Amino acid sequence: MSVLVNNFALDNVEMRQAYCDALIAEAAVNEKLMVIDADVSHSVGTGKFYSAYPDRAVNCGIMEAHAVGMSAGLSATGMVPFFHAFGVFATRRVFDQIFIACAYQNLNVKIIGADPGVTAATNGGTHMPFEDLGVMRLIPGVKIIEPADSSMYGQIVHAMANEYGVCYLRTSRRKTVRIYRDGVKFETGKAIELYDGKDVCLIACGIMVYEAIKARDELLKLGVTARVLDMHTIKPVDRKAIISAAAECGAIVTAENHNALGGLGSAVCEVVTEELPVPVERVGVHESFGEVGTQDYLQKRFKLTAEEIVRKALICIERKGRNI
Amino acid sequence: MPSEKKQFDQKITMKAAAEIRKGCIRALAAAGSGHIGGSMSLAEILAVLYTDILNIDPKNPHMEERDWVVLSKGHCGPALYSTLAYKGYFPADELLTLNKGGTNLPSHCDRLKTVGIDISTGSLGQGLSLAAGVALGKRLQHIPGNVYAIVGDGELQEGQNWEALMFIAHRKLTNIVVIVDNNKRQLDGYVDDICREEDIKAKFEAFGFNTLRVDGHDVNALYGAFCAAQNSGRPSAIICDTEKGHGVSLSEIDGFNHYMPVSEEDAEAALSEIDRRLEENYERIGK
Repeated sequence: MSVLVNNFALDNVEMRQAYCDALIAEAAVNEKLMVIDADVSHSVGTGKFYSAYPDRAVNCGIMEAHAVGMSAGLSATGMVPFFHAFGVFATRRVFDQIFIACAYQNLNVKIIGADPGVTAATNGGTHMPFEDLGVMRLIPGVKIIEPADSSMYGQIVHAMANEYGVCYLRTSRRKTVRIYRDGVKFETGKAIELYDGKDVCLIACGIMVYEAIKARDELLKLGVTARVLDMHTIKPVDRKAIISAAAECGAIVTAENHNALGGLGSAVCEVVTEELPVPVERVGVHESFGEVGTQDYLQKRFKLTAEEIVRKALICIERKGRNI
Repeated sequence: MPSEKKQFDQKITMKAAAEIRKGCIRALAAAGSGHIGGSMSLAEILAVLYTDILNIDPKNPHMEERDWVVLSKGHCGPALYSTLAYKGYFPADELLTLNKGGTNLPSHCDRLKTVGIDISTGSLGQGLSLAAGVALGKRLQHIPGNVYAIVGDGELQEGQNWEALMFIAHRKLTNIVVIVDNNKRQLDGYVDDICREEDIKAKFEAFGFNTLRVDGHDVNALYGAFCAAQNSGRPSAIICDTEKGHGVSLSEIDGFNHYMPVSEEDAEAALSEIDRRLEENYERIGK
């Protein structure tokens, strides 16, 4: 049975609503779970948690560095803090705090970065993280998750709360296209195969999963069969799934709403070059800062589209057997 | 928090400060060099805390209701390691492994390596935030015990400290005591020359702290301040006026004393000097 919904359409709940509902549900069975904010609870969508568990919700104000360090201190006493901010402030602004106060001393802090990449839309370049996966991937032991839709938040939050250590969740707050039917199993570090194919493997995360699905349909019209993987866990990346893709498809295209350096594309290339070299093409943002616009405009502006995935897939297939 | 069973005895605490300095000097000499200036300025603060104030059990270092210490100026780990060894957390000989490959005593405090270290520090400016989290975690879980966070005056140049102080005051974390080792110097020289901090006590008061100021090398004054810091209904701060390098003439110099080479000959002279000064101080207070 396919993991996919019958018809792809915009979800009827916002990502942030589904996320907060999952937090509240998890907090009911985990009395240590806490919500920490830095003045964007309205934006990130944690507001309902404050009503449900007022004693376990702390809005620090506009002080992300302190909020991360304070979360680490809470964790040292056994609490399980989930810290929220826009992606740029949740990661690159507080890189040293996450590195030293959380990861270096093996504390149990969850970092949630909202509005990844072009989903920051009209907030523009100051608020548009294209590098958060890259910086977070450098921290030893950190897990990184970017879901494609809201359907697995219950399982994702449960896994984050129960798997000890620093975890970074990268998530849009808005409605997104619903990919999965109900009940599909989420497992940290295990990619989900959406379609099988033999000519090329499209490996995507976040909003680019839907673009990969559309690209797969276009490729099919050209007689090309594409395997499609949702690599929702960017770290630890599913090496087994990547090696299988290299062995069975012989060409890989990665697609991420992020700089082409440092994120999913880099992670896949690292595995491929170490294990089984095959051509890889990366769809991502190349040497650019963010800017304002609608998400749709920005996806076209930065070539984060199904069309670009198709183009790169055809190049990649052409490269098979040479250039390696 | 001072236990009713403990009786403050000035001489015992002065002796502890001397032993902390001596252990620290031995460790630095074994390593060949180290952060001597800021370690020496801390000796009396650590002596009073660990002798007279903290509710701790070296045999049960993770005791839930213990008082926590966050040495935010984590490069002064050698002073804290010496204190922990003096209290029996680990054998004194272990001090001689300071900064050697594979040691449990790295230059900067590491909770994963050293028994008795509650929080890893060394990236300046972060300790107060961690201390605030511990204090809040204790309060939420109804766990007794205070958090004592030690910062340097130079370290207060890091902006995150002031975020933490705002948060601590706003959340009324009365189970936290901030201790400023006000030794007037930072790595590159005098704080007043590099980035003047004006009136630190007034700043803490403006941030909502019950603020005390004492001679940081006077164990009587320190003990009095720690007692006065309890139950004020507000978070407390104790500004401890100290001298960087205090206690041994090797580091009581006007020149660079943040990190110095320490030879075995230096150490031998310093250890004798510390004992001699302790005897002189005993005589002085005995009069």
